[in-house]
Amino acid sequence: MAFRAGVFWQGVRDTTPMLVGAAPFGVIFGALAVSAGLSAWGALALSGVVFAGSSQFVAVSLMAAGAALPVIWLTTLVVNLRHALYSAALLPHAQGLSARWRWCLAFWLTDETFAVVEHRLRTQGMGADGQWFWLGSSLAMYLNWLGWTLVGVVLGQNIPGLESWGLDFAMAATFTAIVTPQLARRPVLAAAVCAGVTALLARGLPYKLGLMLAAAAGVLGGMLAERGLARQEPQS
Amino acid sequence: MKLDLLWTVLGMLAVTYSVRVSFLGFGQRLRFPAWLQRSLHYVPAAVLTALVAPMTLAPQGALDVSLSNAYLPGVLATGLAAWWTRHTLGAIVCGFVVYAGWRWLG
Repeated sequence: MAFRAGVFWQGVRDTTPMLVGAAPFGVIFGALAVSAGLSAWGALALSGVVFAGSSQFVAVSLMAAGAALPVIWLTTLVVNLRHALYSAALLPHAQGLSARWRWCLAFWLTDETFAVVEHRLRTQGMGADGQWFWLGSSLAMYLNWLGWTLVGVVLGQNIPGLESWGLDFAMAATFTAIVTPQLARRPVLAAAVCAGVTALLARGLPYKLGLMLAAAAGVLGGMLAERGLARQEPQS
Repeated sequence: MKLDLLWTVLGMLAVTYSVRVSFLGFGQRLRFPAWLQRSLHYVPAAVLTALVAPMTLAPQGALDVSLSNAYLPGVLATGLAAWWTRHTLGAIVCGFVVYAGWRWLG
């Protein structure tokens, strides 16, 4: 199918705010990965081959802490499982596309591209060339993430002693800033408390197994709290 | 170390791509169980808090809630700023300033 430039660039344009939002995190990721001891190629491979921001941050902190491979893989699965929901939500629109399109576009499925593409498909449908819009959004996010990772890597390599600047704190701050606004919902608060306490108690376990245990405890705590609240509501 | 990195990246690729291609690649033959869908709401908060809590409260391995632990005021400032402003990047910068200032004063 012939390239549709107009729709492709529309996809790029509609993704622009997301590109700006992702940029600083790309830089932080690149610098953090290098100062955590990863090679430049290792950092770029994570961005270019895995291409899943939050799981890349988590993987770097796990690698630096000497976590076992299965723990890293399993954590990646847990952190990225939400993409299956996006995949399911886009499927009804994508059913007219060839398998080649669907298998390719799936690689670039991120929170940002999902938000932009889902909105477009819901309001305007796939039409004859919606896949080019989708591809535009995908490639824009991909090249943007890769480029800013490279900037971070170069910064990390050229600013001596960057690790002593407290980049490990940048990681803690990034995660905190993402989580805190979600805590307004009480089951999420329960999940965070359960996970935090478990992680603290289990921090001595080898291979960072405590993280898996804490994630499981948190999800369980959140679901139990949700059920408890649902039971209370009819009475009040 | 190099080989380890290769396996880390390849494993993460396999896991992440499988999740992304699931429905788009295999269509309606898959079903997403309702309980799994609900549990996903809690994954980000659970995983991220599980990472932050030991980092903040026990940065050297042992529990440290003393004033010399700059992570505590730093993370607290980040959390409060994020709560009030809902601005992720601004909150990170704010927390970093408090963290760096605390270390500089200490």
